[in-house]
Formats: sequence, structure tokens, C-alpha cells
Amino acid sequence: MSEQIKFVQGNEACVEAALYAGLDFFAGYPITPSTEIAEHMALRLPQAGGRFIQMEDEIASICALVGASLTGKKVMTATSGPGFSLMQEGLGYAIMAEIPCVIVNVMRGGPSTGLPTCPGQGDVYQARWGVHGDHAIIALTASNHQDVFSITVDAFNMAETYRTPVILLFDEVVGHMRERLDIPEQGELPVVKRLRTSVRAGIDYHPYLPREDGRLPMSDFGSQHRYNVTGLAHDMWGFPSQNPQIVHGLLRHLTDKIKNNVGTIARYKEYFMEDARTVLISYGSSARSALHVVRNMRARGERLGLLELQTLWPFPYGIVEEKCVNARHIVVVEMNMGQITRAVKRAVKNPERVVLANRIDGVFITPTDIKNILRLIQGKGV
Amino acid sequence: MAVKDYIRQRFFPHMWCQGCGHGIVLNSLLRAVEELGMSKNEIVMVSGIGCSSRISGYVDFHSLHTLHGRALAFATGVKMSKPELNVIVPMGDGDALAIGGNHFIHAARRNIAMTAIVMNNRIYGMTGGQYSPLSGFGKLATTAPFGNIDHDFDIAKLAIAAGASFVARTTTYHVQQATKIIKQAVMHEGFSVVEILSQCPTYYGRKNKLGDAAEMMEWFKNNTTPIGSKAKEENPGLIERGIFIQEDRPEYCDEYDKIVEKAQGGRV
Ligand SMILES: Cc1ncc(C[n+]2csc(CCOP(=O)(O)OP(=O)(O)O)c2C)c(N)n1
Ligand code: SF4
Repeated sequence: MSEQIKFVQGNEACVEAALYAGLDFFAGYPITPSTEIAEHMALRLPQAGGRFIQMEDEIASICALVGASLTGKKVMTATSGPGFSLMQEGLGYAIMAEIPCVIVNVMRGGPSTGLPTCPGQGDVYQARWGVHGDHAIIALTASNHQDVFSITVDAFNMAETYRTPVILLFDEVVGHMRERLDIPEQGELPVVKRLRTSVRAGIDYHPYLPREDGRLPMSDFGSQHRYNVTGLAHDMWGFPSQNPQIVHGLLRHLTDKIKNNVGTIARYKEYFMEDARTVLISYGSSARSALHVVRNMRARGERLGLLELQTLWPFPYGIVEEKCVNARHIVVVEMNMGQITRAVKRAVKNPERVVLANRIDGVFITPTDIKNILRLIQGKGV
Repeated sequence: MAVKDYIRQRFFPHMWCQGCGHGIVLNSLLRAVEELGMSKNEIVMVSGIGCSSRISGYVDFHSLHTLHGRALAFATGVKMSKPELNVIVPMGDGDALAIGGNHFIHAARRNIAMTAIVMNNRIYGMTGGQYSPLSGFGKLATTAPFGNIDHDFDIAKLAIAAGASFVARTTTYHVQQATKIIKQAVMHEGFSVVEILSQCPTYYGRKNKLGDAAEMMEWFKNNTTPIGSKAKEENPGLIERGIFIQEDRPEYCDEYDKIVEKAQGGRV
């Protein structure tokens, strides 16, 4: 049962979802095509008792998130291309210090200021490897507003569960398009609360000593446990350490806590996959065109299926491999030069069967674009 | 509480060089906190990166050791989310005003109640003696082997122009004044900036032949004067010490509370 039905932009859907998930603090800097998130947040967040601040830039925004998160708040920022590049330093900090936070990147064409108002999906690898040093990351995406809503709630849940930044990689089409959104009632979607330490005052609290399940209970800044947080390699008290064993353990922990949970983190949708000979793999707004093609060609008896990825990182290699075992052709549909295609090639048994259907010109990829590629690989010419 | 109860004793002796002014600043800061009778749980120390920024690890408060130049941005998130906390931000001059210059002026402009302590040693200590925006024209540094041609600026004037509602300056020679000023700065309901001239004998002093730590502190003694003193009139080259500005101005977190009230009252 939905509480409210709205006709909104994807960016607004994201804001509503963040509030649903219990957002307390938003810091951001306007940039197209993510700006509506900041604008809507400035209106909606104080209504919900939270706090919004427009910082001087994106670097400051992500840093403010870390500070706020440490006081026990649920936090978010939103940006696009160049702003996301600026956030990389703070993102690395949040990874290292294990700070729950959500970072939305409504992608635009790049590099540099690129194409502000045009769709693109070029930041898939920036989300994965923009930060220096070895690390793990969670990056999620969605193709329609209902999914934007649920995946945003998921993002907060994962951030709290794994004590990590979670990136939402939307694109311009999803961000700006208007469509129906059913806002679920409270309780309908699970909302994960922060895991706080049960260690009492006066007893040694180890902010960075993982429990057996890998989780780290937190203590809010300002409450009884005083500890140190740093972006330097650190020991279980949070103090800088260069002890090789400690550093090794820390880096393993940072990657394993995500790597070991790929199955739980993986979100995807499948359409007509049971007997598909040709599998389309797509995500974000491109998946809408891909779905259109699949429905259309199914009606004409062609055995086409769509695997829509919602978790891009950690890449669900196992799932992609399994879903594509019987595929003769695998066509990855994305608006870049083949970023997810690369990952798909690594995932499947016969990478030579993987083909890219893309556009890189700032124009939304249409069903016709995809059909043209399909004709080519199916040997029919265009 | 004794001053030593405010520190994490296991990290002593500290990592600063012999004669470094940063330890003196730490001492003044702890005395200020002690004299104010503050509890350790109500203070959050947020620092950036640099020799100066190591302060946050030494104190037994909630401590956040962040990124070079970004401490005030992190601190803004802490303060806005829990305004009841006292947020103190020790920074180096490079940290605060080169890489962090933008955050510095905007924190001042917002007038968010935090205390920025700028430990001005006029050099990049931690990275080994490169020139900072405060090194001064003609000074030597590892990245200015032929003499620095960057002009410096006046931190206090900059802070005032940017809107800080409390601005003061002192030196490591004037430890008692430093304690007094920090106390007032911490109690101030708005953004407070305390510049403390601090000596880096290892790099700034040695490169520029300023003598040892004691001689550098002598220099602070001989080349500074209380604000508005006669000496300044006679010798405009003297650096003024004391509180330049202390004003009541709407504080950011208070103002935001009013925004929440408005928003919840449905008045948009
Ligand atoms: C983004 C970034 N750039 C450069 C550095 C290297 N770095 C570390 S400390 C420092 C300067 C320190 O000088 P200052 O802030 O004046 O403090 P001091 O060490 O003199 O107390 C620099 C450039 C860094 N850590 N991060
Ligand atoms: S290098 Fe300079 S600033 Fe750093 S600890 Fe040594 S004396 Fe102090």
C-alpha cells in the first residue's frame, strides 16, 4: 500500500527516498543535472527536522558529511561529473575511516565540464577507481523512479550495514524525467538503523575492531567514548599506525567487508531471461530502451532477454556469468565507450560474444540504436 | 582536572622537533580548556594535515584528523549536527590558508560557532620546508631557493573581512595571553579565529638564519606589540597582538534552528 502517489522527477524521488530512510543531514553544491536534489532537499529536509547546508564546493560538502555522520546522523550529498571528481579525496577518507554516507552522482557527459544537460554514463569507473589506493566500493543505479526510490533506501541501508560510502550512479534522463512515484508507507521497506556500540562508558571501546561478522559498532561523537578518526592507516583505536601487520589487516578488512557480501549487495532485474538466446545487459536509463527492444522483439518471436543491473560495484560477476551461460550473443547497452562491457567480458566464459551497443554523443540511446546493433550481430545488415 | 588528564599520555613524548612552537600552542590550549572547566566529552578537536594538525591525536577529546586544508569543512558537519559540542580546529598556516583558504573564508562568513586556531609558522613543516602563503617576500624555502616572490597576507585582516566575529592574534612567546585569548575564543558564540605565531626552527628558522627556537621567540617578543599601542604608531612594522574584533552576530546553527521551525510550521 502506498502512502502517496506523486508525479515527480527522478531527482525528487531520490530526495523522498532519503527522507524515508531517515536522512538527517545534507551538504551539497549545485551542479546540473543533480541540482534539483539540493533544491528539493533545502525545502524538504528542514520540514523533516533535518539540516541542509549549501557548502562552498563539493570538497567541503563530502567533508561535512563525514563530520555529521560521526555525530550519529544519516547523511547524503549529490553532485554530477566534475563535482564527483572533486569529491574523490573525501570519498577516500570516508572509505578509510569507515563513515556511512550516501553520495549521489547524476552523471553527465565528460570528461571535464563536458555535457551538462546531456545524458551519459561515463562515471562507472570513476566510481570504482577514482579514489587512490586499493579499496572496495558499493555503487548502485536504477532506471525508473520507483527503483530510484527503493535503491536509494537500499543505499542508506548498505552504508549503515557496511560502514561505507555508497554511491548512487544515476544519469541525466533518470534524474530529470518525470513519472509516477508511489511512496511506500513507513515500514514497507526495511530501514537499517546505525549499529551503535553497547560498550559502556569507562570500558575500552575499539572503534575499529571488527566483530565476528565484520561489522563495526559505532559511538557518536559527543557521547561517552572518545576516540580518534583519521584518514591515515590506523589501528583498532583509530590511531595512526604503519605497522605492516595492522596495515595489511585494515586494507583486507576494508575490501573483504564488501567482497564477501557480493551476493547480498547485488541487485538486478531480469526480463524474459529463461530462454533468451540474445541477452541484453544494461542499467540506468539505457535499460529502458533495452527493455523496450526486448518487449518489442519478443512480440515478434525473437528470443531476447534483458538483465538490468542495479548493483554496478561490487560487480556481480557470478550472476552475470550464470545468466549468460546459454546466451549466443550478449549485448551491453550503455552510454559510454564500454565501461560495464569490460566487466561483463571478464564475467562470461566467452568474452568474444560480448558486444557493445552504445552512444557517446550526449544523445539518449534509443531502441532503434540497439536494434541496429542487433541486426548487425545477427548478420542481417542494417 | 589536571592538564595531563586532558592528553593521551601514551602518545608522549610528541613527534614535534625540539623547540617547535606547536607544543607551546597545545599547552596554551589545554590550559584554556582546563581553566574553562570543560569536560572532555563536550569537545571535538578537528584538524587537517601538517605538524600542527597532530594536536588532535594528543588530546583526549573526540578527535577527527582529516584531510589537508579541509578541517573546517569536516568541523562544519560536526557542529551543525550537534551544536551543543565545542568544536576546536587547530590548523597550520598552509593548511588553513593555502589549500584550505576557501573553507576558511566561508566558515568565517557563515559565522558558525567554532574556534579556528591557526598555528602560523610561515612554512610547510610536515613536508619539509616549502614556502607557505605566509612565508613572506624574499624569504627562503626549499621551493624558493632563490627567494620567495609570493606576497603574504594578514590572516587577521582576512578573517575580519571574511566575516569572522572574533579575531585575535598572539605568539608562542606570549603563552599567557594565548591561553586567555583561546578561552575567550572558545566561549565566543560565533566563528572565532586565533592566529598564533609559532616557530619552526627546523625549516623556517634554519633556512632564513633566524637562530634557534629561543631566538625566534625573542623575535616574536621584539616585533609584536599590543593592538593600538604607541609603539605601533612609532614603528608601523610591528605586528599587533590581542583581540581585533569581538562581535555578536547571528550564529549559523541558531539561525538554522529557526529555519527548521519555519519549515515545520509550514511557512515557506
Ligand atoms: C591534498 C594534499 N596536498 C598536499 C599534502 C602534503 N602536505 C602535508 S602537510 C603539508 C603542509 C603543512 O604545512 P602547514 O599546513 O603550514 O602546517 P605545519 O606542518 O607547518 O604545521 C602539505 C603540503 C597533503 N597531505 N594533501
Ligand atoms: S618541522 Fe617545524 S613545524 Fe614541524 S615539528 Fe619540526 S619544528 Fe615543528
